[in-house]
Amino acid sequence: MDPAAREGILTAPILALEGVKVTYHGALVLDVPSFELQEGRTLAIIGPNGAGKSTFLRLLGLLEAPTEGRVLFRGRPVAPRGDLLSLRRRMASVFQEPLLIDGTVKDNVSLGLRLRQTDRAEVSRRLQDWMGTLGIRDLAKRRSRTLSGGEAQRVSLARALVLEPEVLLLDEPFAALDPPTREGLLADLKVILCKTRITTILVTHDRDEALALGDQVAVMIDGRILQMDAPERVFVTPVNEVVARFVGVETILPGHVRGVSDGLADVEVQGWTLQVAATLTPGERVLVCLRPEEVTLFPKGTTAALSSARNQLHGRVVRHLPTGPIYRVTIDCGVLLVAAVTRQSWEELDLADGAEVVASFKATAPHVIHRA
Amino acid sequence: MELIWQGTKQAILLLLRGDPEVLGIALLSLQVSGTATLLSLLVGIPLGTVLALTRFPGRNFAMSLVNTGMGLPPVVVGLFVTIFLWRSGPLGLLELLYTPTAIVIAQLVIAAPIVTGLTVAAVQQLNPRLRLQLVGLGASRLQVVWLLLKEARLPLLAAVMAGFGAVISEIGAAIMVGGNIYRQTRVLTTATVLETSKGNFDMAIALSLLLLFLAFAVNWALTWIQQRGRAS
Repeated sequence: MDPAAREGILTAPILALEGVKVTYHGALVLDVPSFELQEGRTLAIIGPNGAGKSTFLRLLGLLEAPTEGRVLFRGRPVAPRGDLLSLRRRMASVFQEPLLIDGTVKDNVSLGLRLRQTDRAEVSRRLQDWMGTLGIRDLAKRRSRTLSGGEAQRVSLARALVLEPEVLLLDEPFAALDPPTREGLLADLKVILCKTRITTILVTHDRDEALALGDQVAVMIDGRILQMDAPERVFVTPVNEVVARFVGVETILPGHVRGVSDGLADVEVQGWTLQVAATLTPGERVLVCLRPEEVTLFPKGTTAALSSARNQLHGRVVRHLPTGPIYRVTIDCGVLLVAAVTRQSWEELDLADGAEVVASFKATAPHVIHRA
Repeated sequence: MELIWQGTKQAILLLLRGDPEVLGIALLSLQVSGTATLLSLLVGIPLGTVLALTRFPGRNFAMSLVNTGMGLPPVVVGLFVTIFLWRSGPLGLLELLYTPTAIVIAQLVIAAPIVTGLTVAAVQQLNPRLRLQLVGLGASRLQVVWLLLKEARLPLLAAVMAGFGAVISEIGAAIMVGGNIYRQTRVLTTATVLETSKGNFDMAIALSLLLLFLAFAVNWALTWIQQRGRAS
């Protein structure tokens, strides 16, 4: 093999897709022209239900073949009729349901190893290791059907991790768990992934899970990957309105650039002129995206003294939605803005629906998307 | 009532004495129906598994055939097996008609659709995503099938019981293809009919009791295996 080719294989992404399309009964459910995942990364795929995320995961896990295009594992194309079994045995999957077999916890955790005819000593060593890591050693002799949902999902995770796979595929593994159980398992998994550096692909519709686990995030909507990047980049600078909405940007205002000076652009949005720190050209049509946590509220009249923020919009509280300690407050300033306010400030500022307020945000707060 | 009472008393005496004729008939019944059931498992479980796990054109039609077959009248089976085994029939050269083997063949035809149909039901009641999970853990095709059948073992045992129950108790096929020949093809059901028609109610009741006992014993054993799997 010539050095260049060897280099190619050494640095090849562990998984890649080329020109992949999947159709079910003539309907296109997945369209991924190209995709690459480097070894050791944790990729979180987020998107609404029915976006094709699970199909995508099944393709990567070699559990389903694409209608068109090909899957590459470590740079080599996977032949649809080739030796899938030996490739699949280098991966492991966990689904939303634990899908345990009838038997003890130990029977379940050792299942994949037994399928691979791993020798006894190795099986018991790995069982010790991984059941300990996942905190289920005490459950070893329990029958799988007597487990709680959280315990069963830990067993399912242990069953995959005990294989020490090259690729770990997780399809909404926490979706069916109650919040405390989910958070406990999420924290444990985070530690495991950091320590082992197993290449992991996590499918979830939950943004918090993606942020907690992913060192890369891909946004999938309607069968397409719209953006794949570092989590903070996806969440702060979404590439378009659809991605922006999905990653939690609640205020998206269409406007156009009136003038530019000193790196600040004046963007006219429904009668307001907003100052935005972005490289823009006059006349350009843009979308101004504002995350709720960037918007600060003040009671009417107190603004100038309290805020140095360049943008101050007067309006009225339309509604507020308590979500735990944070209230999501919608303000009508001619345009609708959403602000995240702590319950404490809500009470201190004596806010209520109908109250007149000033919504302010810094020139650097908005993310601007170019419009066609 | 007197008839039943007297008959039952006589029957119990016959059984307690270990009447060789009665025991011989019972043994033959068990052998023939047991063999037919075992063979029907060899046919029905793989066939049912394929029907449950694969999609192919004509699958629905095949399923309808199997489901119809679950209610196949033994007399009809007896008729067709007789025709096939008849001296001038397609399989006449084998000279199997009026042998225990002929009864086994007919009972196999009766039991196989029952086992097949109930195997399909047993495998289909499993979580459909379990199969994907097993593949995702690195199971080969055979390993997947084996694990799924293991998961479905409780309803599969019900299929075994239903198959055995159907053949041990049928008479139409046994009498037609076996001929109810003394010490050769006389089984519990055909013997019961004969003794009843002769007015030997004590003998008939003894045979019936044995039949009930056999059916019960086999099903009890299978149920015990089945429910042990559910324990804890």
